Amino acid sequence: MAFGRFWLDFLVGDTPELLVGSLLAIGAAALLVHGVGVRAVVVVALPVLVLVTLVLSSLRARARARPPARSHDAE
Amino acid sequence: MTPASCQAGAVHNSVAVLLVAVFLASAVEMVEALTIVVAVGVTRGWRSALEGTAVALAVLVGLVAAVGPALVHYVPLSTLRIVVGGLLLVFGLQWLQKAVLRAAGLKAKHDEDAIFETQVADLSSGETRTRGRDSTAFTVAFKGVFLEGLEVVVIVLTLGATENRLGLASLAALAAVVVVGAVGAVVARQLSGVPENALKAVVGVMLVSYGTFWTGEGIGVHWPGSDLALLVLAAAYAVAAWLLGRLLNRPPAGAVRVA
Repeated sequence: MAFGRFWLDFLVGDTPELLVGSLLAIGAAALLVHGVGVRAVVVVALPVLVLVTLVLSSLRARARARPPARSHDAE
Repeated sequence: MTPASCQAGAVHNSVAVLLVAVFLASAVEMVEALTIVVAVGVTRGWRSALEGTAVALAVLVGLVAAVGPALVHYVPLSTLRIVVGGLLLVFGLQWLQKAVLRAAGLKAKHDEDAIFETQVADLSSGETRTRGRDSTAFTVAFKGVFLEGLEVVVIVLTLGATENRLGLASLAALAAVVVVGAVGAVVARQLSGVPENALKAVVGVMLVSYGTFWTGEGIGVHWPGSDLALLVLAAAYAVAAWLLGRLLNRPPAGAVRVA
């Protein structure tokens, strides 16, 4: 258990969305190549999907880093 | 330029990117490990700190020697490229996201001085120093070097195995260990002046580029320009990360930034 937890923490850390996003990007690229048969599109689609993962994860981190807005009720 | 010379140039570029990526990644991790080792050496004595460091390095080298050739010989290349590409993507995105957040001021920069002070305080408040081997010093130094080095091992194994240049990748990592160790020995303290955050951004871009490239190759994509596509990917990711850092640094519409 401890060994598994160590590797999970080592590979995933506090950004599980990066792992999920990477897997989805690879899965979508594989589907485009082997399912749809459009290899050329993947040359652009794969980097774009990777960038979308980075952007969404960074936005999530920014939302978590920002202090909660002050409530009007408290004023 | 003939197609053969163009191909050779692309291979040289690919090897150069591999060496730079492994060297920088190893250097960054070794700077972090050096901070821990120096803190242990200063507070608990150098003998056990250096013994812990040496044993950790030996275990890391053993891991590369044991796993590397097995990966190359027994795992099919396309499978290796997809798995390795996926690992590099996840690792690289983690490094790059941290660099973007630090550039945007949303995450504290890695401060070796603060880490050093914390380590020294923790180790000083523990049990008193003993003659002979100090198990606390040995364990802390071993753990510090091993955990920081494990990431380097993964990078060396993944980049080295897919490019079939495990020896070169290992040498680049060892060179980084020697350079950082030598500089650390000369200045006799942690290297807080090293621009770790900028280096991490560069390594993040390289790992994500390699991850994209190998994943694509593994699932059957033929990149235009072959290995030269790596440089295009790296440039595109670098620009995108820089833009993202700038964008996140701007306060949301209507908000007033407080100094």
